[in-house]
Amino acid sequence: MKKSGAEIIVALLERQGIEVVAGIPGGANLPLYDALTGSRIRHVLARHEQGAGFIAQGIARATGRAAVCFGTSGPGATNLLTAIADAKLDSVPVVAITGQVATSLIGTDAFQEVDTYGLTLPITKHNFIIRDAAELLEVIPEAFAIAQSGRPGPVVVDVPKDVQQQFHEFDAWPELGVPRTVSDVDETLISAFLDRLHQAERPIIYAGGGVIASDAADALAVLARRNNIPVALTLAGLGAFPCDDPLYLGMLGMHGSRATNTAMDEADLVLALGVRFDDRATGRVADFCCHGSIIHVDIDPSEIDKIKPANLAIVGDVGKALCAVSQQVRLQDRAAWNSRITELKAAHPMVPPVFPSMFNPVQLIERLGELCGPETIITTDVGQHQMWVAQAYPFRRPRTFQTSGGLGTMGFGLPAAIGAALACPNTPVVCVSGDGSLLMNIQELATLAELNLNVKVVLLNNQHLGLVRQQQELFYGQRYIASAFQTSPDFAAIAAGFGIRSYDMGTNPNGEEALWHALQQAGPGLINVPIHAAENVLPMVPPGKANHESIGGEAIHASLSA
Amino acid sequence: MRHTISVLVENHFGVLARVSGLFSARGYNIDSLCVAETDDPSISRMTLVVRGDDRVLEQIIKQLNKLVDTIEVIDLTQEDHVERELVMVKIGANNKVRGEVVEIANIFRAKVIDIGCDAMTIEATGSQDKVRAFIDMMHPFGIKELVRTGNVAIARSPK
Repeated sequence: MKKSGAEIIVALLERQGIEVVAGIPGGANLPLYDALTGSRIRHVLARHEQGAGFIAQGIARATGRAAVCFGTSGPGATNLLTAIADAKLDSVPVVAITGQVATSLIGTDAFQEVDTYGLTLPITKHNFIIRDAAELLEVIPEAFAIAQSGRPGPVVVDVPKDVQQQFHEFDAWPELGVPRTVSDVDETLISAFLDRLHQAERPIIYAGGGVIASDAADALAVLARRNNIPVALTLAGLGAFPCDDPLYLGMLGMHGSRATNTAMDEADLVLALGVRFDDRATGRVADFCCHGSIIHVDIDPSEIDKIKPANLAIVGDVGKALCAVSQQVRLQDRAAWNSRITELKAAHPMVPPVFPSMFNPVQLIERLGELCGPETIITTDVGQHQMWVAQAYPFRRPRTFQTSGGLGTMGFGLPAAIGAALACPNTPVVCVSGDGSLLMNIQELATLAELNLNVKVVLLNNQHLGLVRQQQELFYGQRYIASAFQTSPDFAAIAAGFGIRSYDMGTNPNGEEALWHALQQAGPGLINVPIHAAENVLPMVPPGKANHESIGGEAIHASLSA
Repeated sequence: MRHTISVLVENHFGVLARVSGLFSARGYNIDSLCVAETDDPSISRMTLVVRGDDRVLEQIIKQLNKLVDTIEVIDLTQEDHVERELVMVKIGANNKVRGEVVEIANIFRAKVIDIGCDAMTIEATGSQDKVRAFIDMMHPFGIKELVRTGNVAIARSPK
């Protein structure tokens, strides 16, 4: 058969089972778009390439399979960079296909020319520039294989316009790009894991995004319950263990509860599962879990001993390791250790609101959790609202929480929610955002309105860059600069302007009923929730301090009640 | 500590940028980097001389192994190996000192590869120590220009 480069790309995407591609056309990728005509792939026209990148991430995070976005050369590619870097840091399988100026123009500073290959080198798992249409038959399947193998990540394929138009004759389609199989974990390492666990008196599980990526939540639950091991999760790991299980400790680290961070500190064995000892999780590394030995299981060998040396390291699929371990683990009740955990939880409860009301952000998130079913997918942006969700939302299942954890990209939540809703059309999706973050990709409300997806945006509006304001209050002598918005848009009116049903709890006498009502409606919606600017995310480990040195929370409560 | 690392990579577009970018992005120190294709033109070999403690070295090797284009990473410092570097030194040398320069060059088994009325260029090959010693000996004559290849290294065959 004889096909153009663009036709080859589209046919290979179809063969990979890609149903949705998010992107924006432009001069250098028009042949690719032309080839989409008549394809069974549904194209979602984002309003900014960064939105397209995060829509692809939303699909990939919801399904665990690689998702695709398109951008044109020059600004199309540079606009994609943030979403690609974000996917790299959170290990999300995304394949970005960018248009490039024609081969003959490369290096001439042509119109909309930028070195996409060079720009994406450090922020991708791998990247390609195509010189000949024939290469596509190898590169496109390889891009999917790389994105989804081992530790997932983004892959960029840069395709010059003339290569998209070049006809290539070939006999057969290549094999699909599939994740490479991971070998089983060495039995002696499993035995060593079990020996250490069985001998430990105060083991604790510290589990992260790797558990979700390897679909290992069930195996994790079996291990934890059979051996009665308390479970702390990282931000990326939320949903990997059900929050209503008595063994659950919630999120650890900078905004983890004191009970959780203290338990980590008292543990004599830390099972670090699919985690990378991120600084927000560990606090001052030297003090992190300094009383326990560490068993580290991760598929990426470079994570072993990168931050904290492990006493036992298992390089491999955390799901396979957990299956093997959970089948052989002894039943142990660990009564003393778990009663100590219960004691810690009782001594350090989540701070009750000082002024209980629907406009207390933590209470609002808790209420949202009651109103949403366990299947609901929550996305967030970045800032205080993100941490309140991480602290208070009752996550029960893996892949129900999407957040920009590694890169911390404001503007992530709305397009990711659109992607999640495209991937899971029968699942409600709620994007919890802040007024600072939402404005960073607010144009995607147009995409949302067009697609009429079941996405609700719950906007915690404090007219501030709240987490910046909080840091200025706590660590910069209350010298507030550039953290307060002098004017604040009418978000309900903006949403309405985009054609999205909107609610303003500030003007509604019965806020809770309005929230419930808004969530019940089919299709998109935005709920503006005014919150007090002085609300802080507490407790908080000050930067550079150890996790046991957290401030705030109960102390404020105690001083107020005294 | 100084380590000599030999990396076999696919001879793909951009592979050098990928390796050098890895070093700058992660803040690793690199003393020299030498790259050329192997007997098989689809594969290149890079010889890197890097500095760092054991932990940094372990990360460097792991990160190099993670690159899709990497075929094999060997820390030659861990085994018996031979290292060589080539240097070309252009020195100011008129007919009064030429004889002396050639004498020193002979001691180092170096070769005169170019000569002009008031300058000559000498090529020397050897371990980094030998190259350094040779350069030191050339200093008094006035070094006009100097170019070094950086180290290449190969493991010794089992005895």
